[in-house]
Amino acid sequence: MPELNLTSAPAHLRHGSNIGQPLTRRDGVLKVKGQATYAADNHPPGMLFAVMAVSSIAHGRVTSLDVTAAKRHPGVVDVMTPDHKPQLAIDPEIKTNPFVFRMEVLQSNEVRYANQPIAVVIAETLEAATEGTVLLAPRYETLPALVGLDADDSYVPPVVGVGNPAEHHRGDVEAGLASADKRIDAIYETPPQYHNAMEPHAIVAAWNGDSLQIDMPTQGLMLSLARVAELFGIPHDKIHIRSPFLGGGFGSKGLMAGPPVLGIMAAKLVGRPVKLVLRREQMYGPVGHRAPTRQRLRIGTDAEGRLIALDHHARTVSSTFDDFYEPAADASHTLYAAPAIRTSHDAVRVNTGTPLFMRAPGEATGSIALESAIDEMAFACGMDPLAFRLKNYAEVEPITGKPFSSKALRACYDEGAARFGWAKRTLQPRQMRDDSGLLVGWGMGTATFPALMFQAEARAVLRRDGSGAMEIGAHDMGQGGWTALAQIAADAVALDIDRVTFKAGTSDLPDAGIAGGSAHTATAGAAIHSAGAAVIAKLADLATNDERSPLFGAGNAGVIARDGRLVRRDDESRSESYTDILARAGLAEVEARGTGAPNPAAMEEYAMHAHGAVFAEVKVDPELGQIRVTRMVGAFAAGRIVNPHLVKSQLFGGMIWGMSFALHEEAITDRRSGRIMNANLGEYHIPVNADVPPLDVITVEEHDPHVNALGIKGVGEIGITGSAGAVANAVWHATGVRVRRFPIRIEELLTQL
Amino acid sequence: MNHSISLTVNGARRDFVLDDPRVTLLDLLRERLHLTGTKKGCDRGQCGACTIHVDGKRINSCLALAISHDGADILTIEGIARGDQLHPVQAAFIAHDGFQCGFCTPGQIMSAIGMMQEAQAGSDPERIRECMSGNLCRCGAYAGIVDAVLEAQAGADESNQRRSA
Amino acid sequence: MKQFDYVRPATVKEAIAAAAQPGAAYLAAGTNLLDLMKGNVSRPDRLVDVTHLDGLDRIDRLGDGSLRIGTLVSNADLAHDVEFAKAYPAVAEALLSGASAQLRNAATVGGNLLQRTRCAYFYDTASRCNKREPGSGCDARDGENRTHAVLGWSESCIAMHPSDFCVPLVALDAIVEVEGRGGRREIPFDELHRLPGNTPERETVLEPGDLIVAVRLPAAARGFAAHARYLKVRERTSYAFAIVSAAAALRIENGKIADARLALGGVAAKPWRARPAEEVLKGVSPTADAFQEAAWRALTDAKPSGNNAYKIELARRIVARALTLAAAGTPARIPALPASPFASSGAIHA
Repeated sequence: MPELNLTSAPAHLRHGSNIGQPLTRRDGVLKVKGQATYAADNHPPGMLFAVMAVSSIAHGRVTSLDVTAAKRHPGVVDVMTPDHKPQLAIDPEIKTNPFVFRMEVLQSNEVRYANQPIAVVIAETLEAATEGTVLLAPRYETLPALVGLDADDSYVPPVVGVGNPAEHHRGDVEAGLASADKRIDAIYETPPQYHNAMEPHAIVAAWNGDSLQIDMPTQGLMLSLARVAELFGIPHDKIHIRSPFLGGGFGSKGLMAGPPVLGIMAAKLVGRPVKLVLRREQMYGPVGHRAPTRQRLRIGTDAEGRLIALDHHARTVSSTFDDFYEPAADASHTLYAAPAIRTSHDAVRVNTGTPLFMRAPGEATGSIALESAIDEMAFACGMDPLAFRLKNYAEVEPITGKPFSSKALRACYDEGAARFGWAKRTLQPRQMRDDSGLLVGWGMGTATFPALMFQAEARAVLRRDGSGAMEIGAHDMGQGGWTALAQIAADAVALDIDRVTFKAGTSDLPDAGIAGGSAHTATAGAAIHSAGAAVIAKLADLATNDERSPLFGAGNAGVIARDGRLVRRDDESRSESYTDILARAGLAEVEARGTGAPNPAAMEEYAMHAHGAVFAEVKVDPELGQIRVTRMVGAFAAGRIVNPHLVKSQLFGGMIWGMSFALHEEAITDRRSGRIMNANLGEYHIPVNADVPPLDVITVEEHDPHVNALGIKGVGEIGITGSAGAVANAVWHATGVRVRRFPIRIEELLTQL
Repeated sequence: MNHSISLTVNGARRDFVLDDPRVTLLDLLRERLHLTGTKKGCDRGQCGACTIHVDGKRINSCLALAISHDGADILTIEGIARGDQLHPVQAAFIAHDGFQCGFCTPGQIMSAIGMMQEAQAGSDPERIRECMSGNLCRCGAYAGIVDAVLEAQAGADESNQRRSA
Repeated sequence: MKQFDYVRPATVKEAIAAAAQPGAAYLAAGTNLLDLMKGNVSRPDRLVDVTHLDGLDRIDRLGDGSLRIGTLVSNADLAHDVEFAKAYPAVAEALLSGASAQLRNAATVGGNLLQRTRCAYFYDTASRCNKREPGSGCDARDGENRTHAVLGWSESCIAMHPSDFCVPLVALDAIVEVEGRGGRREIPFDELHRLPGNTPERETVLEPGDLIVAVRLPAAARGFAAHARYLKVRERTSYAFAIVSAAAALRIENGKIADARLALGGVAAKPWRARPAEEVLKGVSPTADAFQEAAWRALTDAKPSGNNAYKIELARRIVARALTLAAAGTPARIPALPASPFASSGAIHA
C-alpha cells in the first residue's frame, strides 16, 4: 500500500466546501434519543457485574479480606483478590514505554493511596456485587500517609509534562530582578482537581477463547490495545476495542488505567463477560487527577512597564510509585517578552494516585498563576492590564527566540476588548458597582496552548457507485470527531459529506493516535487529508494513463478533485466522474492510506501555539463575599476552524473550566488519613447551569501554513487558560482583595471586604 | 423474597418479579430492561444524568427504589421521540449544540421537558438556568442547553397561542 | 447496600408497628436514605415504605387558620402551592433554594425534616464519628471542618443540619404532628431536633416507630407574610448546601417591628432559632442599627469548632441582610435565584 505524506500544501485550494461549515453533530440524533452506546450500555449474554473494593487507607497494606462473607451473599459468583486472580503476562510495575503508568491490578496487598482497588467482587447482579465489596470488611496495617505539598523532602523531577526539562532559562533573571524598577514576588496555590467526566470509567470485557472483546471509553484506542496485549500476552489482532462514544475524557481516559484491566481479569477469572463500572467516588484515585501546585512568581519591569525578568517556580507532587509532573511553570515560556525568563519545578511524593494529564495540563495550572501575577505587575506599574500585556507582547517566542508560525493574539486582544467594552474599566479596584450595590470587577487573561501534532493513519476508499469511505480509529469524547473529521474526510475525497461513510471509534481501524493535547483534529485530520489525496492520486493515475479518459495525459498533478469528479487544472471543461473512471478500469473500488505526523523541520523553525484573550466580569456581594461570574468574552486564534459550531462549544466548555478553576473545584484531602473527603459530585463543586453566565466567543481568523497540512491548531484546551486568570483578576478588581489560593473561597474575601 | 410489581414504561405496561428490593429505578431500567438511554453519572442524586419522569414529574432515578414505585408511570428518553420525529426539545438540543459528549444529555432533555411542564421558568433565561441546575454537564454545554430550552419554550408558547386562537 | 426486608404497610398503625422494631427505617422518597444506604452509612434491616399510605399527601387549611401539610407532600408541590407560598413566602423560598428541581419533586416534607448531616466524616465510614458509631470519636473536630457548626456543638460532634426548609419552619413556630406507639402527639418544631451533647447519634426526640404525619404552620405565622425572606450563601449559585443561611420574618406595624422571627441554617446540629435577637427587634424601628444589633445578639454564643471562625462573621452579616431584605418587603414573586444574594441584578456604574 503506497503511502503519501503531504507536506504543507494549502489544502483549502483543493478542498470543497465541507470544512468550515457549522454542521450540527452527525451523532446528535443518537445522543438526544439515548441511542448513542457508551461502554456501560453494553450487555452481552451471560454478563456478570464486577465491582471494585477500594482502600480506605492511603498507605499500608491489606491484612485481611472476608472473602467468605462476600461469597455467602446471594448472587456473588467470585471474589478476585491478590491470592485469587488470573496471572498477567508481565509485571504491571514495569514501564515498557513512557506512556505506560503503573497501576494496581491486585499484584500485591500493598496500598499506596486511598481509593486504590484491593479486590473485585463478581456477581449475577449489580446489587450483589456492590454489597459484596462491603462484606469483604478489609482490615489494614496502616502506615503514615504523605499528604500535601510539604509532605516530604522535595526533589527536581527528571522531566515535567511529557519529556520537558524541569528547568529552563534564558537570560539572567537574578540580574534582571535586581535592576528592575518595579517588581512583584507572589505565591499562588492551586488544588488537586479530578477530571470527573460525567461518564464514569467503565468496561465490558468478553473473552472468547483467546480473543478479547472490549467496550471501554478510551482516548487512545491503539495505546490501550497495545497495553492490554502486553499485559495479557495476546496478539493485537485478538483484541477488539469499541469506543464509539466517550462520556467525556479530559485526559483521564487516555492511557490504560488499572480498573479496566481488572475488568478484563475478572472476565477471565469467571469465564463470562463482565461489566465493571467505577462508582463516582472511585474516580478519585486510580484514574488520574491534576496535581496541586504552589507557584512563586517573581517579575520585574523597568520604569516604563517593560518586563525585564520573569521567574516562575512551581512545586507539585507525584505519587510514591510513579512519575507525572504538572508542568505548571512552563506556562511562562511563550506569552510575555521578558528578556530574562527562568522556569523551574520541584516536587514531593505523596500517597495519591499518580497525577495525570487533565485538560490543559500545566497550562491551566500555570496560567492562573502567571495571569494573576501579570495583573499584579500591571497594577504595580500603574498600567491597564491590557495595555501592559500589549507593551510586553511577544513578537517571537520568548524562551526560544523562534518566530511564531502564526500569532493573531493582537487581534484577539482588540476584538475581545471591544466586544467586552474593556475601555470603560477603572484602573483602581473596587470602583464599580451595579444598581443593587454589588461590587463589579473586570479582569482579563491571555490564553495559550501549543499546537501539537501526533502520529495517525487513515484509509480512504472510493467506490464505483460514487460513494467513498474514510476509516480511522479516531475518538469522539465530545469534541465532535464524528462530525469534524467527517467534514475533513469529505473534502479529502472531494465528495459531499453524505456520500462518505466515516468509520471511527474501534481498534480495528488505522491508528489515529491519542485524542489529547488538543491535537486530535489536526493529527487525525492530517491523516485523513493525506489518505484522501492518496486515493485520489490513484484514481488520477487510472484516468490520466487511460487514453479513453478525457483526462488522459494530464498527469497526476494536472487534475484536481471536485464533487466526485476529477477535473483538468488547465481545462476545466475536461473532467470525468469517479464512477466512470472506476467502471472503465473494471474496479469496484480503489483505496489508499495516508498518515499525519509532526513536521520536525517546521517545529525546529517555528514556535507553534494557539492564542486567545479572555475578559470576565464578576459581581461580588460586598458584605457576604459571594461571587458570581456575570459575563465572559473570549477571543481565540487557533488556526483553521473546521466547524465553527463545535469549536464555539469547546471554547465555551474550556472557559467554564477556567471559571471552575478560579472559583469552584477542589479536592479536599484529610491531612491525617490522606482520604479525599469530597469524592463525589455534591461537594466537589463543578459549575452548575446557574453558575454560567452568557458567554461570548470570537474566533479570530488565522492562516497557518506551518502547523500542519490543514492549518489546524486545536481548541480543546486553550479555553481554560486565560479564563481562570481572567476570573481571578476580576475578583480582585471588584474587591481590591488579591486571593492567591485557588479556588477563591468566601472566607478569604469575607474578612478583607 | 420476590416482589411482583408493575410499571408503565414509555406507555407500555410491564409486570416483573423483582428478586431484590434494592434495585433502583435506574438500575432496573438499565440492567434489567436494557433501556440504557438513562445514564448513571454519580448514583447519588448529585448529577442528574439519570433524570426520568415518574408520574409526570422529573426525578433522579438513582435515588428511587423500583419496588416503592409499583404502579408508577415511567417516561424515559427512549419514549420521547415519535419514531423519527424528534421531540422539539431534542431537535433544539441538536440545533443549539446543547451537548458535547452526550452522556448527560438524556437527563438534560428529560429535565428540560419536565421543567417546561412545571411552567415555573417560562422564557426567563435566569430561571431556566436555575431550574436546569440539577443536571451537571462537565463538557460545559450550558449555554447551548439554555438556548435550546428557550427555543423549545418559544415553540410551545406559539403552538399554545395557535391552539387558543 | 445491605439486604433488607421491604414492608409496605396498609395503615399508619401497621407502619408504626413495623418500624418500631430494631433495625427498621421508614422509607419515603428515599432521596436521603438511599444515598446513605449506598454509602453504607445507614444499613437498615427493614424498610417500611410509607409512600403508599393514604391521606398523608394533602395540604389542608384548618378551622383555626393554621395550615396542615401532610408528611408526603413533595417539596416542590408545597413550594408551588399558591396559597402556601403567599402565606409563608420564606418557607417557599427556602424550599426552592434547596437541592435541585428533581430532588424537590421527590423529597417529602417529613423526609426533609429528618435528613442527616452532610458532615464528610459522617459519610466517610472509615472515619471515626460519634453520630454514626457512638463512642468512636469525632474525626471532624480536628479535620477538614471549615463548614462545620459554630453554635450548639460539643466535643462529641460538630456536624450541622443541612436543611433549608427547616430554618423558616423553626422561625415560624411550626408544629410537628407525630404518630407513635403511644398515639398522636405534637412537637414544637424547635424541640424536634436535639443538640449533640454526648449523644450525637440521637438527632431528634422521636422514638422508635414514631412517624411524622404532618407539619402545621400556625395561623399567626401568616402575619409575617409581608416581610419574610430566606437568604442562603453557598459555594455555587445553585445545587449546593448552605454554608450559612437565615430566615427572617417581621411584622411591621406603624413603622415599628411588632414581632420578629429569626433562625439560622448551616450553623448547628439543628435549625437554630435566634430568640435573643428577636427580642432585640421587638418594638423598635426597622433600621440598619437594629438589624446589626440583632445580628450580634444572634451569634453571641457562637464559637468556632475548627477552621470556621469566618462562619460566625458570615452568619452575622447574613442575619443583618436577611432582616434588611425582610423589612424591604416580600417580593411579589420568588426571585429567579431563590435565596441567593444575586437574586436581583442591575446596571453597572463606576
